[in-house]
Amino acid sequence: MTQKLRGADILVRALIDEGVEFVFGYPGGAVLHIYDALYMQDRLKHILVRHEQGATHAADGYARATGKPGVVLVTSGPGATNAVTGIATAYMDSIPLVVFTGQVPTHLIGNDAFQEVDCVGITRPCVKHNFLVERVEDLALTIKKAFFVATSGRPGPVVVDIPKDVTANVTEYHYPASVEIRSYKPNTKGHPGQIRKAAQLILAAEKPMIYSGGGVVLDNAASELTTFGRLLGYPVTNTLMGLGAYPATDPQFVGMLGMHGTYEANMAMHHCDVLIAIGARFDDRVTGDLAKFCPHAKIVHIDIDPSSISKNVRVDVPIVGGVANVLGELNKLLLESGCTPRQRETDPWWQQVREWQKLDCLRYERTSPLIKPQAVVEALYRVTGGDAYVTSDVGQHQMWAAQYYKFDQPRRWINSGGLGTMGFGLPAAMGVQLAFPDKQVACVTGEASFQMCVQELSTCLQYDLPIKVVSLNNRYMGMVRQWQEFFYESRYSHSYMDALPDFVKLAEAYGHVGMRIDKPGDVEGALKEAFAQKKRLVLMDFITDQSENVYPMIAAGKGQHEMHLAPGTSDRELA
Amino acid sequence: MRHTISILLENTAGALSRVAGLFSARAYNIESLSVAPTEDATISRLTLVTRGSVEVIEQITKQLNKLVDVIRLIDLSEGSAIERELMLIKVRAVGGEQRDELARLAGIYGARIVDVTESSYIVEMTGDSVKLDAFVEIIGAKRILEVVRSGVLGILRGTKALRA
Repeated sequence: MTQKLRGADILVRALIDEGVEFVFGYPGGAVLHIYDALYMQDRLKHILVRHEQGATHAADGYARATGKPGVVLVTSGPGATNAVTGIATAYMDSIPLVVFTGQVPTHLIGNDAFQEVDCVGITRPCVKHNFLVERVEDLALTIKKAFFVATSGRPGPVVVDIPKDVTANVTEYHYPASVEIRSYKPNTKGHPGQIRKAAQLILAAEKPMIYSGGGVVLDNAASELTTFGRLLGYPVTNTLMGLGAYPATDPQFVGMLGMHGTYEANMAMHHCDVLIAIGARFDDRVTGDLAKFCPHAKIVHIDIDPSSISKNVRVDVPIVGGVANVLGELNKLLLESGCTPRQRETDPWWQQVREWQKLDCLRYERTSPLIKPQAVVEALYRVTGGDAYVTSDVGQHQMWAAQYYKFDQPRRWINSGGLGTMGFGLPAAMGVQLAFPDKQVACVTGEASFQMCVQELSTCLQYDLPIKVVSLNNRYMGMVRQWQEFFYESRYSHSYMDALPDFVKLAEAYGHVGMRIDKPGDVEGALKEAFAQKKRLVLMDFITDQSENVYPMIAAGKGQHEMHLAPGTSDRELA
Repeated sequence: MRHTISILLENTAGALSRVAGLFSARAYNIESLSVAPTEDATISRLTLVTRGSVEVIEQITKQLNKLVDVIRLIDLSEGSAIERELMLIKVRAVGGEQRDELARLAGIYGARIVDVTESSYIVEMTGDSVKLDAFVEIIGAKRILEVVRSGVLGILRGTKALRA
């Protein structure tokens, strides 16, 4: 007979058996048995954050960078509710997380007990699935199911709510090697007939466009995508979530698309005759006005989630399946048919695309006496050799990082795309740096976003995480200010951050290195100096031009071809 | 258009709220909903009636299928199906003339009077929703004391079956 274990020990054993490296968490009453079990072992590393939101973002950053599920442990009540923002962030970007929340003992559930919330109810709309474990006998199997659901199909966060008595009760421990759920059978193989139909359409294109998204990153299909793109010789654009899935320095890459995408990417989308959408979901920030979206295109859409297909845009050839699988099949089919890059057939189209590129839509003022935020990102790219993991918060700095840092590899660009969660960047960088202690990790942020999870500077010190924080400090919530300038006649309602802290002293107070940079000539030197400090977290407070805006921009309700361009970019300004 | 969707659902705590939550979160409407265990006690069968364009109904079925607790579902409106609803209706029945008329109407609609007091009848009837609506209209709001409807149940005609 096998030895009986407490629920708390079963949880710890199961995580070890699942191959979990880090648990990001914060203790509290309902999880004290579990913390006791953690104390008595040394295989699972627990990372103590300073706020539960930080735990979920850190686990999320770890998951995005490694492809492995991130694991979180928080207590009941406020521990669980603080984690919700991070859970929703992961849900919107389909990131695999398994979040363990403590719960009051089963006999108190529903009694409005101390630190009780209906965690399953609160998290239900922002998880892929959740469980309440009512008996210790169900615990190990539930954990297995949670990891299976989180990581298979279209990934996502799964919450496992565990009442305190379940962690104290004992039973025999058995962790299954695999699990079957009769109601959950994700399909990863594409339909061969649909794949053939897609190949025909793709090979008949004269103005083709490849539009790929976060699904390519999630399914580790970057090499299949690159092969696919190069086999055909078609222009490729990535969504915000897909950056790095196709190398940004490849001549076929035309930049990001969407609200702040490049002129050439958006124009090519608007004018293409065949659109090949891969692991992308036609988000409103990509499509602009749906009535004006890709008016001339036949659309192929490859996605693992059937509900993503024809949700916003009707497609002609849907293929439900994992993008790695389907692209692999497509590539095989193309190679068998002797496909070579279709240069002759697409030459007029490429000439048009090159013409759009000549507009140089990401040009900005390089002789300004003020630090231009774009220049900081470009310098970051040079100083890190394009090889850093870059996390970001949300706002203007996020868009500039996406536009000016050329990601050649997947899983290097880590940002909250769907939910747009300010405060994501620093904790996410912690997860990345823990996973890759010897890699360069930069958190591009702004002074507003950064303050939303600033407490994690303390966690960074505790675990010696030498993150480089690149703060583009414009003393505004820049994106809010930009919208107010464009759409509210410059009435800057509450978008100004008065009474900002001295960020240099703040960094120092937390035991880190702080730098303030306010001259354009000092930008690159400061970055070099910071990255030379391999063991220290350095917070660089770049005092940037307050009036800078993110261009191009597609305003709400406009079509993809109706972009605002930077002043002076062209007399062909369209909007 | 009106669609009747039949769902086999894990009979576990919270499964129903996942279905209901999906409809409210995505702003789909539920006209009626009925749920009960099947011959296999681990599975519930849920029938819901909703309205929407072809695109909306397609999204509803895809989103429902995505719920981990949903085992299988079918849009009964796509094939030939039998739909039934049960109604219990309590009506004022005072005086011979009125009582006779009510009994006659119940007979015409194939309904049964299952409770009689000096001043009321309870009529039980089954049928599709249109028939039930018609009966309610005929009786008229003035005479109705209470109406209870089960929501629609549906099943495919022929040997084809919705099974786990």
